[in-house]
Amino acid sequence: MEDDRLLRGHGRYTDDIGEGALECVFVRSPYAHARITSIDVTAARDLPGVVAVYTAADLPFGDRDLPLLIPHPNLTHGRTQRCLASEVVRYAGEAVAFVVAESRYVAEDAAELAQVDYEPMPVVITPEAALRAEHLVHDDVPGNVAAEMLQEAGDVDGAMAQAPHRLKLRLRYERGAANPMEARAVWARWSEAEHKLTIYDSTQSPTSIRGGLAVLFGLPESNVEVIAPDVGGGFGPKIMLFYPDELLVPFAAMQLGRPVKWTEDRQEHFTAVNQERGQVHEVEVGFDDDGRLLALSDDFIHDGGAYTPYGIILPIISAAQLPGPYRIPNYRVRFRDLYTNAQATSPYRGAGRPHACFVMERTLDAIASELKLERVEVRRRNLIQPDAFPYEVGVLWQDGNMTVYDSGNYPELLDRAVKLLGPKPEGENVGMGIAAYVEGTGVGPYEGAHVQVLVSGKVMAATGNPNQGQAHATVWAQVVADELGVDVKDVEITSGDTRRMPWGIGTFASRSAVLVGNAMHAGARMVAEKAKKIAADHLEADPADIELAGGRAFVKGSPDKGMPLGAVAVLSNPVRYAFGGGTEAATQFAGRSRPGPPLPDGEQPGLEATGYYSPPGSTWASGCHAAYVRVDPRTFRLEILKYVVVHDCGRVINPLVLQGQIEGGVAQGIGGAFYERLAYDDDGQLRNASFMEFLMPYATEVPPIEIDHIETPSPLNPLGVKGAGEAGVIPVGAVLASAIEDALGVPITEMPLSPLKLFELSQAGC
Amino acid sequence: MKVNGVEHPAPHDARRLLSDHLRHDLGLTGTHVGCEHGVCGCCTVLLDGAPVRSCLMLAVQAEGHDVTTIEGLARDGEPLHRVQQAFHENHALQCGFCTPGFVMSVTGLLARNPHPNALEIEEGISGNLCRCTGYASIRRAVEQLAR
Repeated sequence: MEDDRLLRGHGRYTDDIGEGALECVFVRSPYAHARITSIDVTAARDLPGVVAVYTAADLPFGDRDLPLLIPHPNLTHGRTQRCLASEVVRYAGEAVAFVVAESRYVAEDAAELAQVDYEPMPVVITPEAALRAEHLVHDDVPGNVAAEMLQEAGDVDGAMAQAPHRLKLRLRYERGAANPMEARAVWARWSEAEHKLTIYDSTQSPTSIRGGLAVLFGLPESNVEVIAPDVGGGFGPKIMLFYPDELLVPFAAMQLGRPVKWTEDRQEHFTAVNQERGQVHEVEVGFDDDGRLLALSDDFIHDGGAYTPYGIILPIISAAQLPGPYRIPNYRVRFRDLYTNAQATSPYRGAGRPHACFVMERTLDAIASELKLERVEVRRRNLIQPDAFPYEVGVLWQDGNMTVYDSGNYPELLDRAVKLLGPKPEGENVGMGIAAYVEGTGVGPYEGAHVQVLVSGKVMAATGNPNQGQAHATVWAQVVADELGVDVKDVEITSGDTRRMPWGIGTFASRSAVLVGNAMHAGARMVAEKAKKIAADHLEADPADIELAGGRAFVKGSPDKGMPLGAVAVLSNPVRYAFGGGTEAATQFAGRSRPGPPLPDGEQPGLEATGYYSPPGSTWASGCHAAYVRVDPRTFRLEILKYVVVHDCGRVINPLVLQGQIEGGVAQGIGGAFYERLAYDDDGQLRNASFMEFLMPYATEVPPIEIDHIETPSPLNPLGVKGAGEAGVIPVGAVLASAIEDALGVPITEMPLSPLKLFELSQAGC
Repeated sequence: MKVNGVEHPAPHDARRLLSDHLRHDLGLTGTHVGCEHGVCGCCTVLLDGAPVRSCLMLAVQAEGHDVTTIEGLARDGEPLHRVQQAFHENHALQCGFCTPGFVMSVTGLLARNPHPNALEIEEGISGNLCRCTGYASIRRAVEQLAR
């Protein structure tokens, strides 16, 4: 539905919105850890074309910490940054001053003139260094430990002591970067006359931005409008709030009385936007002679970055998802979330799941190797069986409930993946890798959808949940069209616009299909019921006998006895004045078949309704990926010969959209596993903050992917759907590690890999 | 310079990038900017029929040349250009941000080589980054066009 606009270049991304906006540039810290000794922006302010330069001292909220979004009792030492730093900077790229000028070019010139003096402080850049705590990122956080959490299901020590076999592994997964093709941008306008703030923001959560800005600026929420227009990819970091610009751009617009716009450049995106990953796991596993898991204990440290605005959701997800589709009778997991001098970490597609999957699957491969069993067989013996649902894992989930899998058929996934993969190709240095995973999707608290039938018969539906390429306009239109019996082309979707739907949460955690899908379903069903009642009145029939199909409401079995849905919309709103659009049918002398007041008691005018969906728990998608790879023994170039995916996200709404989500996810997984390494030096400088040096896969790096599906509908929601947005990415690191280990015969215990890393590992193995 | 067949004066500011000029002076915002250092290909336009990255050119360098942007492929009210149509049919776009760049690169590729083979297709689209699709659907769209 959205294709035509986007293909013609008529998409509307935040930076496309102009209207003579002033443009902005940040002055950012070049140091990863330093005390600010002075800030002098006089020369910058004096440059012709500069309208304003803000430092912390110029902001009424300059001495306030930004919000800690997800508090948790175990987050004993949560810290968030200030909008602009004035005392200490804790990562290279932290914002210090904000320049507003007539053009971006002038603002860039002015930023160069800002004089900020720093006194460098010792830098903590790896999670291991953070744990050693020779230096502190925050001087009031002992040991650099933001949070610690220990969970246990069963009796790990007892089971481990009795286990016939035990293994210990150390596994490392480095930071990653989402890098959506559109970097971030914010545009704001303040209308003094209407006392109204309008913001366009490339965010994944316009409703939360609206709530936060209303609080900060002391405005009623109805005077703050936040719109996420077309968003050029999100993948997680755009769910963060607030980035400093999200406060400074509206603030400047209110102060200066002119529209203001800030558009991030790519280098800034590398150094100022949240990243993800960075975990080191110490695993001990106990198992029997058949390779069955008896106990697993994992102790991991998580690189939280310089601040913890997003709380400890990532390590909580890793801890909950580590067992995956496997039965672990005794499971213990402890994590410590540590501060380092780099950007904060928050979810990036997969959000702690790729790490968990990597750890579990590496462990199973190690068991297979130890017992000289087939890797597939070890997995088969440990899978949770189809009759075991609902299945309780015994640890906490990110929604505050315990982790409970709702449905699935994991053995079927494994069998199909093995079959789809087929026989191993001939040749040297060819390896096979396989990994299975679950994904908790459709996390609460809720989403809503407003659905309205216009007098023209067209249907408008709106959600506050924005779209970054998941084809929401198509998928929601399908759900609404099905319920109202109209052509899908007659349904127009608005997403991420608080003017049309002010309530909701946002796009993340593979939740939109489940949450918005079911909210759309609920809203459309309410409208359908109302339409049937009104049509029944008019047609002198029972509402139960009214059918909606082909854009009409009619008596079942008598298609002639009916009316277009648009005419029902007319009748839903009794009018005094016929203002066109067929409204004469709803005037007072037009004749009504029903006695009583024109608007029946308890009814509201308009053929519209707002539906909400709040899930009782997460829906658990699952899948199994497998691959054959060849590694060139001289250049260590990776060639993926075959890559297969078997996926289960419950009932499929749109197969083509789903295929796109999976293919895109696998490509990101390949990038994260083999190409995209964030190269920080000891001073905390990111040495490859450009697309020249941070290697994201082009078409040449991504092989064709074969996909198969099974459908075990979720019992938790009316549509039976589960989320699918992140599934593609989760197991890729585990699959490639397994395959490369098989091909080269050297143990793979870390991510990401590269030809150089494989060369080094091979040398060490000789 | 001529943009989509219409003559436009060059900007006064000598350091104005072609991408900024197209987007912010001429309002042709279909040309997107993803990296500003010539790697991602989002800003690809045709210069005298050949794909170029408009973020690596100054607007004044386009003086005397013919620039085609995504808006110039199919006029409003006209059906989609065949490259756009193939992208639509193959779901070769998700967020749509890299899409105009890909469409322009493929248009340039097919003008040079109307029937590229699989390897030539891969090479033809390997100057553009996409973070959403994983390229499979884009490859399918170009394969359909190459037949």
